[in-house]
Amino acid sequence: MKDNHVPHAYVVVYSTSQAIKIEKLLQERSITSKLVPVPRQISSDCGVCLQVVGSDIALVEAILAKSEIEIQGIFQ
Amino acid sequence: MVYLDNAATSWPKPPGVALKMTEYLEEVGANPGRSGHRLSVEAARIVYQTRESIAELFNAPDPLRVVFASNVTEGLNLALYGYLRPGDHLITSSMEHNSVMRPLRDLARQGVELTILPCSAQGQLMPEQIEDALQPNTVMIALNHASNVCGTLLPISEAAVIARERGVTLLVDAAQTAGAYPIDLERDQIDLLAFTGHKSLYGPMGTGGLVIGERVDLDRLLPLKRGGTGSRSEHEEQPDFLPDKYESGTANAVGLAGLGASLDWLSERGVLSVRSHELGLMKELLEGLSSFSEVVLYGTGDPDLQTATVSLNIEGVQPSEIGQVLDEEYGILCRVGLHCAPAAHRTLGTFPSGTVRFGLGAFNTHDDINLALDAVRELAKR
Repeated sequence: MKDNHVPHAYVVVYSTSQAIKIEKLLQERSITSKLVPVPRQISSDCGVCLQVVGSDIALVEAILAKSEIEIQGIFQ
Repeated sequence: MVYLDNAATSWPKPPGVALKMTEYLEEVGANPGRSGHRLSVEAARIVYQTRESIAELFNAPDPLRVVFASNVTEGLNLALYGYLRPGDHLITSSMEHNSVMRPLRDLARQGVELTILPCSAQGQLMPEQIEDALQPNTVMIALNHASNVCGTLLPISEAAVIARERGVTLLVDAAQTAGAYPIDLERDQIDLLAFTGHKSLYGPMGTGGLVIGERVDLDRLLPLKRGGTGSRSEHEEQPDFLPDKYESGTANAVGLAGLGASLDWLSERGVLSVRSHELGLMKELLEGLSSFSEVVLYGTGDPDLQTATVSLNIEGVQPSEIGQVLDEEYGILCRVGLHCAPAAHRTLGTFPSGTVRFGLGAFNTHDDINLALDAVRELAKR
């Protein structure tokens, strides 16, 4: 995979619907994100989370705070 | 063939509906939001898109406040069983469908206090009646937006003002109006809106749900069912966030894909344009029918006060007989008898034999109306 060397961060959310809602929100602001299964080391949840580029974290956090979306956490 | 049974289920559907459903089955097919692989994510996106379209149509504050269910009946059951407790008082009308009446009769046996406001013989309710029925333990006002028997609209906006003033939750059964008449959760101040996909939203059967307004206490509204949601899988307790709290088990994703397509069609055509098309047809139909002396019409007789559902009888002929002749000799498909709303029929004075119901839809034409009028004219003269 091409992006193997870019450090990723994971936005862990409560549900898939919420993940898609956030994905759309980020898309509107041209921030790339990808829905992926939650990495096992982060949570035992069977759902999906959003993979974002590590350097976008501050931006993502600001957007989520502004939209008053409560998430489980952001992990690197 | 003339299809005039849109109040039960709309048909035909917009062309994109079948296409989207086939596409889903053949190319996506996976479980929405369960597995995290590309097809599962794609399925979840399709379901979410439909959620967003519903939120947009009704001006709901957040797509996550749209809870999908198999139909309006399940949405209403969630609202009523989820919200009411023994000792609570609920106000409803005598024009309700059994989808509201039967849960309420059952809840009354469990100790919920009911006031069923008598509507006029035209099916109308005066807002003052609601005001007068309020009690200190009133927690909910549950009203249909329009009657499924005769189309009469109930004063939802006025009920909403009363509900807000008194801190009471307003539940609206929009089975007959969602898509056919403008609904705006914010403007109309509706707390809980139950809708179905297969009538005026022009989607497939097996779709519908409940839109939950921001004023509703989610801790109070209990889920109807509990189970797998694809979220918080490490917990054996039901999640408490929307929409998962109320959506257990695999969703009808293929149905919701179809509903998404019909909502795209509806948004392009516009609810107001559908309404104005149906108003035109309804005016022709009502004018024609009222010129036949043998025909008895139900409801207000004023197209502006009703949806495009017209109920009638021909003096001296049973509705069931009319229905059969219309189908077999004229190819006109409608619904006859009691329309799952015994209280409404008692109110209109059509219990127990019922009525002949013409339910018009977006795809009906002036020719359809003329054929129906010709048939009724001939039948009345027999």
